[in-house]
Amino acid sequence: MSADQQHIAHHDDHGSMTKKKIWGVFWVLLGITTIEFFIALVLIPRGVLSHPVGNIIYIGLTLLKAFYIVAYFMHLKFEKIGLIYSILVPLMFIIFFIIWMLYEGNFWMHIRL
Amino acid sequence: MTTNTSEIDEIKSTPWNGGRSPFNVEYGKMMMWFFLLSDAFTFSGLLIAYGALRFSSVSWPNPDEVFQSAPGIHGGAPLVFVGIMTFILIMSSVTMVLAVEAGHRKAKSEVSKWMIWTIIGGLAFLSCQAWEWTHLHHEGAWWGANPFLNKDGSVASTNFTNLFFTITGFHGFHVFSGVVLNVIIWINVLGGTYERRGHYDMIEKVGLYWHFVDLVWVFVFTFFYLV
Repeated sequence: MSADQQHIAHHDDHGSMTKKKIWGVFWVLLGITTIEFFIALVLIPRGVLSHPVGNIIYIGLTLLKAFYIVAYFMHLKFEKIGLIYSILVPLMFIIFFIIWMLYEGNFWMHIRL
Repeated sequence: MTTNTSEIDEIKSTPWNGGRSPFNVEYGKMMMWFFLLSDAFTFSGLLIAYGALRFSSVSWPNPDEVFQSAPGIHGGAPLVFVGIMTFILIMSSVTMVLAVEAGHRKAKSEVSKWMIWTIIGGLAFLSCQAWEWTHLHHEGAWWGANPFLNKDGSVASTNFTNLFFTITGFHGFHVFSGVVLNVIIWINVLGGTYERRGHYDMIEKVGLYWHFVDLVWVFVFTFFYLV
């Protein structure tokens, strides 16, 4: 092991997850999933929420869960800003891809009708 | 002259002028991140194909009707089984971070203990998926065969089953690969490889992969079972 690696390994300890924080994130993830189940099994069947509104909430909660997993479990929040951007910025292309393809899919349906 | 030299020296001292690691992470860890980025694009491609085909359909099978069974429960229990699967995968992600945390403290037996729990979680998830696939197959669902009707009562195309088996299959294959990697790393932990190396960075790298698998499941769960 080179001195450089040792330096990196040592630096990694900085801002790492404690056991308490790990279980905190676990309860957040479990809580969000429970809310999703509550919406799917209680709110939508009883007509409190409509399906389209429920879907928007599901997607919002999914992205929130993704944030907690990537930021804390995968430790990305504590990495150098350059690494964070080099992972997150390319993902922006996916947003455009989603919009284009869903628009296109909708268009196919109208052709068929 | 002296000022010029010192200015040049100052420029050369930035992290981006070579000779050091600007992201301050180990090479293997950075490469794992870039691999996961490429894998994220692969899964996005599959899920966006699913979205485009679903948007092009007038109606679509109701997930609450398709996925309403669990071992011992023959219908009428939507989301129960997939809820258990989601819980298993989140739990195994937690035990993985606990292994990483123990690795920072170089606590070999604790790392080994949490790796075992992570491997058990992965195997439990795969067993659940095997049960679900078998169950759906017995109901007549497979690539190219869709016994489920659309919500509006019309006959559904095979898009639903094709996409379901392809995407959950591709994800399940990732889980399987993750379990294999975890077993290899666990054997190395037991053999004292990382103790001799002086750090447990390999746990972090395999951990990144494992969390990514959990992350993909979060999206698969939402788009196949909830939406």
